[in-house]
Amino acid sequence: MSKARTSPIRSSLVHLALIAYTLVALFPVFLTIINSFKSRNAIFRNPLQVPTPATFDLVGYQTVLGQGDFALYFQNSLIVTVVSIAAVLLFGAMAAFALSEYRFRGNTMMGLYLAIGIMIPIRLGTVAILQGMVAAGLVNTLTALILVYTAQGLPLAIFILSEFMRTVSDDLKNAGRIDGLSEYAIFFRLVLPLVRPAMATVAVFTMIPIWNDLWFPLILAPGEATKTVTLGSQIFIGQFVTNWNAVLAALSLAILPVLVLYVIFSRQLIRGITSGAVK
Amino acid sequence: MSQAELQSIARAEPIRRQIRWHILVFLLPALVIYSAVMVLPLIETLRLSLFNVVDGQPAFVGLANFKVLFGDARWASDFWNALKNNFIFFVIHMLVQNPIGVALAALLSIPKLRFVGFYRTAIFLPTLLSFVIVGFIWKLILSPIWGVAPWMMDLVGMKSLFAPWLGRPGSALIAVSLISVWQYVGIPMMLIYAALLSIPDEVIEAAECDGVTGWSQFFKIKLPLILPAIGIISILTFVGNFNAFDLVYTVQGALAGPDGSTDILGTLLYRTFFGFQLQLGDRSMGATIATVMFLIILAGVSLYLFVIQRRMRRYQF
Repeated sequence: MSKARTSPIRSSLVHLALIAYTLVALFPVFLTIINSFKSRNAIFRNPLQVPTPATFDLVGYQTVLGQGDFALYFQNSLIVTVVSIAAVLLFGAMAAFALSEYRFRGNTMMGLYLAIGIMIPIRLGTVAILQGMVAAGLVNTLTALILVYTAQGLPLAIFILSEFMRTVSDDLKNAGRIDGLSEYAIFFRLVLPLVRPAMATVAVFTMIPIWNDLWFPLILAPGEATKTVTLGSQIFIGQFVTNWNAVLAALSLAILPVLVLYVIFSRQLIRGITSGAVK
Repeated sequence: MSQAELQSIARAEPIRRQIRWHILVFLLPALVIYSAVMVLPLIETLRLSLFNVVDGQPAFVGLANFKVLFGDARWASDFWNALKNNFIFFVIHMLVQNPIGVALAALLSIPKLRFVGFYRTAIFLPTLLSFVIVGFIWKLILSPIWGVAPWMMDLVGMKSLFAPWLGRPGSALIAVSLISVWQYVGIPMMLIYAALLSIPDEVIEAAECDGVTGWSQFFKIKLPLILPAIGIISILTFVGNFNAFDLVYTVQGALAGPDGSTDILGTLLYRTFFGFQLQLGDRSMGATIATVMFLIILAGVSLYLFVIQRRMRRYQF
């Protein structure tokens, strides 16, 4: 690589810019977490101070863990998110492959039909969705949430994945066909491994709105047994609006699992990108 | 050619025309879930916008709901205000979020840069947070009572410029938009970053052999190659902004204060559809606003698909 890129002044300027933005990105999160470990007075008197032995206080976490069944909420959120992502990735990749690989009558129309869902928020159909779920007896089940989130995630997944699948070389697929692979084998054994980085990207982007959604848990599954973490925290803020310790602790707890999910997927993302599979 | 061979060709012909079941198998699961859970309820909502309650009975009223929304004194000012705010919301995202996203991606994709993984994870982190936490924490930071923002501005000697931005009609919308930018800058960054990494080394090396490096390399070589990705992030931003609701709701409440200055179509829809405080929920007018949002978004996406994307050149490596 060229010498200009590795010059120390230049690279330290780059690092400076990146560090500056990293601080902007992390500061509010940092603030939430440090204050969740402090006593109420310390939160207000010294919001920027890290917890010291004098101000350290777990009362917020005690309230959260004593009041709400957060272990169950985590479990619910986790089940809903993981199952929905799996369904979006599998069904989305299959449909994207059909659209990008085969010429058939109605291909463009089908692509447009599926792409319509990228632009329309599924929320606009909430009333009819609720009616449907009531009719199907799925209200207050995680299945209802999984169905809605799968439908919500599919259009974008298909859009992004078919963009990437068009870049997979035709020669490779045709070589597979000449070797007698079925279309299913070509999809699962040749194409799917090659678009893994795109799949990881889609997974990350699908995961975020699902994990953070407040709307559908509130409407479709507000019962105690099916509450998600976001809904649990929201109800907490409603009930404990003046109990800052409890609210900050609940919010800190809500950040944790999504971070873990992200780290898992982001490894896949990095591995895929660095192996150059998309090139 | 023997008779047998001719016969076998004749027999092979219908096999080629056979229905390719695998296409159906690939499409079916996505198609069924998508149609049943998303498209049909949406169509039902669009249909509702043409109905209203007349004398206690649901009745077909044609476009009367739209006439009320655009022209009636009770609705029109709220609607046009929300539309204008939503447009400003979008413009701020395009001018701030996407350039920052591209710039960060360009920095991150510099070869042999250290700590890339850390920066990427850190900058993407806010995108993972729920609106509940983002809204709450920024409200606290910008609050004059807690005093974090004034203290920080004091560090750079600009304390006198501090104002309770979220509480002033003139600045609240900009403040909320920038909070949203802060939260979502990770998405353009990631997409552009992936696009930049997929540019083959040979292209960059060829540019370097021709003496094209640094800034001119970015603008002349890399930028044209990532234009499709920039097109995608632009349309995603447009769609996301005209669907936005949660952040305004968590920061400013359903009334989108102060004085409706942060009211966007999403919050207007929410108040209309489900009612708020003394206002009763109105299903038909809610469906009407939803239909207008649908049409706006449809117009934007059509522009992208049929005009912008068609003109864009694609390179296959």
